Amino acid sequence: MRFLLVEDTPDLGQAVLDRLTLDGHGVDWARSLADAEAHLAVSSYDLILLDIMLPDGDGRDFLAAHRRVPRDTPVIVMTARAGVSDRVALLDTGADDYVTKPFDFAELEARVRAVLRRRGGTAQTQVTYADLVFDPLGGTVAVGGDVRDLRNRELRLLEILMAGPGRIFSKGHLHDRLLSASEAVSDNAIEVYVGRLRKKLSGSAARIETVRGVGYRLTQG
Amino acid sequence: MRDLALALALTLTLIGGLFARPALAFEIEEVATFGAGAQVVSVLSTTDAAVFAPVIAGYLETRPDLAVRYTVANSQQVYAAIARDGAPFDLVISSAMDLQMKLANDGAARAFDGGAVLPDWARWRDRLFAVAQEPVVMIARRADFAGLPLPQSRADLVALLRDNADRFAGRIGTYDPAGSGAGYLFATQDARQSDSAWRLSEVAGSLHPRLYTASAAMIDDVQSGRLALAYNVLGSYAAARPDPGMVVIQPADFTHVLLRTALVPVTSTDPAAGAGFLTFLLSPQGQSLLAEAGLPPVSDTTITAAPQLRPIRLDPGLLVYVDPMMRQKFLTEWTAAVVQP
Amino acid sequence: MRRPASIRRRLLLQGIGVAALLALVLYLAVRGVAGAAIQTVQDSVLGTATVVIAEELRGGADGISVDIPYAAFSMLGAVGEDRVFYRILVGDQTVTGYPDLPLPDVVPGLTPAFYTVPYQDAQVRIGAVGRSVLVDGNRVDVTVLLGQTRTAQAVISAQMANRAAGLGLGIFALAAVLALISARSVLAPVHDLALAVGRRGPQDLRPVRRAVPRELVPLVAALNGLIARLRSALDRTESFITEAAHHVRTPLATVRMQTEVALRQARDDATRASLRNVIRAVDNAARSTGQMLDHASVIYRSDQPTQDALDLRVVLRDLVGQMAPTADMRDMAFVLDMPVGPVPLSADRLLLESALRNLLDNALKYGTADTDIEVALTPDGCVTVCDRGRGLGGGGAAALTGRFARGDNVGDVVGSGLGLSIVRDAARACGGTFTISPRPGGGTCATLHLPLR
Repeated sequence: MRFLLVEDTPDLGQAVLDRLTLDGHGVDWARSLADAEAHLAVSSYDLILLDIMLPDGDGRDFLAAHRRVPRDTPVIVMTARAGVSDRVALLDTGADDYVTKPFDFAELEARVRAVLRRRGGTAQTQVTYADLVFDPLGGTVAVGGDVRDLRNRELRLLEILMAGPGRIFSKGHLHDRLLSASEAVSDNAIEVYVGRLRKKLSGSAARIETVRGVGYRLTQG
Repeated sequence: MRDLALALALTLTLIGGLFARPALAFEIEEVATFGAGAQVVSVLSTTDAAVFAPVIAGYLETRPDLAVRYTVANSQQVYAAIARDGAPFDLVISSAMDLQMKLANDGAARAFDGGAVLPDWARWRDRLFAVAQEPVVMIARRADFAGLPLPQSRADLVALLRDNADRFAGRIGTYDPAGSGAGYLFATQDARQSDSAWRLSEVAGSLHPRLYTASAAMIDDVQSGRLALAYNVLGSYAAARPDPGMVVIQPADFTHVLLRTALVPVTSTDPAAGAGFLTFLLSPQGQSLLAEAGLPPVSDTTITAAPQLRPIRLDPGLLVYVDPMMRQKFLTEWTAAVVQP
Repeated sequence: MRRPASIRRRLLLQGIGVAALLALVLYLAVRGVAGAAIQTVQDSVLGTATVVIAEELRGGADGISVDIPYAAFSMLGAVGEDRVFYRILVGDQTVTGYPDLPLPDVVPGLTPAFYTVPYQDAQVRIGAVGRSVLVDGNRVDVTVLLGQTRTAQAVISAQMANRAAGLGLGIFALAAVLALISARSVLAPVHDLALAVGRRGPQDLRPVRRAVPRELVPLVAALNGLIARLRSALDRTESFITEAAHHVRTPLATVRMQTEVALRQARDDATRASLRNVIRAVDNAARSTGQMLDHASVIYRSDQPTQDALDLRVVLRDLVGQMAPTADMRDMAFVLDMPVGPVPLSADRLLLESALRNLLDNALKYGTADTDIEVALTPDGCVTVCDRGRGLGGGGAAALTGRFARGDNVGDVVGSGLGLSIVRDAARACGGTFTISPRPGGGTCATLHLPLR
């Protein structure tokens, strides 16, 4: 996916950029509102991540102008204003959603997905492997045409594995991506989720293979 | 009770004052003592004891612990007893308003606080109080006015005397102001009231009037026929002796009303006793007893009902004719007018 | 402690004081004027009487003739019943009257001279007139003294004084009542102004535009100046807080994000564990500041909550919608059970949202992954949020709703201990109640009762 990140704080902007890039997303980073307008003029994005306080203006004004144009690129606001009244006011100005700084990247991802899902348009995002057809945004998986009902973390796990079939993903990597960093979970949480996913995908040509002492990988046959 | 009180009257003596009371320089006509109480109320009065007896008896009924010593003297002597001699009486009752006024004015009277029952004109400050009011009237003998209208005013009388000089010559009686305190008061009040009084004096003088020192004597002579008319007589005496042959006339121009006044002298040794008796005299009971004794009670309604009645005012004006020079002057003029050769 | 000074009281006391002073002055003035007037009247009567007597003194061949007019004495009785004394002298010789009546200090003329002397145990006012008479061709000086006690004057003065005192008291009473009324009416605009300012809501920092009496204009101007300064101070404070939050939260976000990136790249378990601890510490700090801000806001609004017309269903549904992605992350879901018709209520929207958000947040935080959170709303305004979490621990429900109180079984969950306190305070400000109880079969049920419109 292509993100437009509008953030003036260099360290934070860099970190978000790094984190998004790690997951394989394309990111353009605008450091001011004018910069953002310039990017929007030449490129199109799946989502805009918008900071509120910027050197050349208020993100809310940008948001209002953005809604007037109109552009349908969804916007998620990253705000340092955490008050109740700020939250209410933000949604009233037309942001699709918001995250309060400092935010959990997993939560950001979840909200991005939720926003995109609300906006519709899932056709081009389907991923196929062996007899699996996976729609990460729609959150559906079909095994040979047979739609399986997966819970969120099972879907996320499958999404990670399908991003690199044959590649070995360590338990730690999966842990980081599946679970919130601040969440306390048992050491065998990943084994539990892998177990569940295997059960849900039973009958498929694709299978999740345990590489003892290293991690897991998706294989077929 | 009244009879008992009267019975208790120990003495009723007629004696010469100087003889009976060598300590007192003034002339006493009569001393009477009523009641047997230990505490003696000493009264000095110009009114006869016989007239006052029932009133005193009535008082003693309410206060059996008292006795009343009642001393009678003429008004000049009453004045002199207090003003000159400082005689220790507890109550002084006199018909001579001018002399009583003089006593009160000169500080010889004590304050008495029971006078509020009287009308304003019947008292002077808290010192002098009227106990009876007596109109000063003319008494005509009906037989002598046959064919003539009865005079209703001084003007009528002047005309009548002038026109019928023969009939009335030597048969007019009035007070001798030189010999009677009451007569002097009436004459001076006449003189100050109107000029017609002086004309009357002159006309009467031409008829050689008889002069008296007491009302009773004048009434006697009217009844006996010696007088055809008595002028300036105390009405109470006439009322006490009704006679169909006698007509009492209140002059319509003005009829003086004499106030018989009482005061508690500063010379009193027992002022409370004098005040007590005075309170009784002013009370409804005392007033009705006085009325029964022929001394008309003090009454505002009587005065307002009869416009000719003029109470002699208790004011400092009364002092004028007490002044010796004024008295001398007045008597000289009066004598000149009345006593004609 | 001293009572605060009262303008009303002061006005009243001043009014009454002035009234009392005026009444006293009036009393003294009337008494003085009356006394002087009576004295003047009596002197003129006395003087006239004296002159009349003097004029009736006639010379002649055989001496002086004295003729005291009756009216001369009688008129002295006109004003009151006073004792009268007189003395007529020819040369040094008293011819009649009271020979011991004191003479004036100076030889009197035709105009009466007045003096007051003690005589016969009383104070006597004497008028003296002197004139010359021809006796037998010789000039002879005669003197007339006419004296009068002043009992009547004292009596009339006392009467006048009594009346003056009555008048003074009346005026005083009237003035006191007027002072009371005027103090009240003078202060009425102040009272009205105070009421108008006191009725304002928490956010109302508009200048006062009421019409007020001219005397209150400076006060209102000062008040408006104060309001303007307060508003700008509040604005500054608000932007300062926002600024501060930004400045704290933005670096925290940077740290967290960089730590996450580092976590993704770290291989050894010890490093990963400490990186996780960093993230937990950042979350803890961020959450605490956020809840403190919320708590302060709830407390502030609780003083004067607004009354917004809301549908509880809509509010709840929106909140659940906003929080659904967070729940989803943990494989949790909100199960909503709501009535068909609207549940209208009149409450402060922000207070209500604070209460509900914290309730849902708590359920998410303490609920176990892979479980549902049941949110039920009844038509009578009762919101129940039930989770399948770790329950209340040993402290019981009451201990948990205290400020900064946390259960003894939450050591591994990021939290400030303010959440339930916010819910309780916000519920109370909305006129509702908040209870929390263990759920049969494990977990917790939190119940919010809100009074409907």
